[in-house]
Amino acid sequence: MSWVEAIFLLLSGIAVVSALLVVTTSHLVHAALWLVVTLGSVAGVFLVLAAEFVAWVQVLIYVGAVVVLLLFALMLTRAPTGPQPDLTVRRAVPAAVVGLLVAVLLGVTVVAGFQDVRIDLDRVVVGSAEVTGETIFRRWVLPFEVLSVLLLAALVGAIVLSRLRDREDG
Amino acid sequence: MPLWWPLLLASMLFGIGVYGVLARRNAVLVLMGVELMLNAVNINLVAFDAAFRDVLHGGQTLALFTIVIAAAEIGLALAIVLLVFRSHGHIDVDRLRDLADRDRLDLPEPRGAERGVR
Repeated sequence: MSWVEAIFLLLSGIAVVSALLVVTTSHLVHAALWLVVTLGSVAGVFLVLAAEFVAWVQVLIYVGAVVVLLLFALMLTRAPTGPQPDLTVRRAVPAAVVGLLVAVLLGVTVVAGFQDVRIDLDRVVVGSAEVTGETIFRRWVLPFEVLSVLLLAALVGAIVLSRLRDREDG
Repeated sequence: MPLWWPLLLASMLFGIGVYGVLARRNAVLVLMGVELMLNAVNINLVAFDAAFRDVLHGGQTLALFTIVIAAAEIGLALAIVLLVFRSHGHIDVDRLRDLADRDRLDLPEPRGAERGVR
C-alpha cells in the first residue's frame, strides 16, 4: 500500500466517523462543527484524487460559507446550546435500516461493477486552476452561464422570501 | 488505488445522509443530511474523472456545478426555515403538518394522525 492510499483510507475513516457524529449527536452546534470535519476530509479526498481546484472550492464554499450559514440559522432559530434528547424521531430504527440498506445496495453495486478498475494517480492530469478554468470556459461555457442564471434566481428568491413578512405588515 | 474505494466511501456517506434526513427533527439538521448526500455525489464525480482520465474534465466540472447548486439550495432552504420559524415559532419538521392530508378541514390538529388513526 502506497502512502497515497494510506492517506486516502485515513481521510475516509475520518469522514465516515464524523458524518456519523453529525447525524447522531444531541448537540445542535456540535453537529455543525462535525460537519466541518466531514467536509474538510472530503476536501482532502478530492486533493488525493487530483482535483485540486475542486478541493479548494469545497473548502471555500462548504466549510467557509455553507457551515457559517447553517450556524447562523441555528442561532436565529434560538437553538439551545445544551444537549437535546429529542433531536431524533422516535422511529429512528426504520430510518437507520433504510439508510443502511441504501449504503449496502449502492456499495455492493459499485464494488461489483468497478471491481477491476484502478485509478492510476501518477498519470492523472491534476485539475489545477489553469486546467479547470480552460475546460470550464472552453467546453462548458453554456452550462456555466445557465448556472449563473440559477444562482441569480436563488438570490432573488431568498430576498423575496425573507422580505415576505415586511410586505404583509405594511 | 482501486476505483471502488472512493465509490464505497461515497455510498457510505450517502447512506448516512439518508439516515440524517429521515431521522432528524430539526430542519437545519435535515439540511445537513442533504449536504452529506451532495458531497457523496461529488466524490463519485471526482473519482470517475480520475479513473477514466477524462480529457474534458467533465467529472470535476460537474462537481463544481454541484457545489454551486448546493450553495443556492442552502441559501433558499435557510430563508424558508427562517420564515417557518417566524410564523410557527419552531422548526420541528414532525410538528409542521399544515399541509397534511386530513379528512375534516375544521380539525386544526389531528390527534390520531400520528398513529395512523382517522
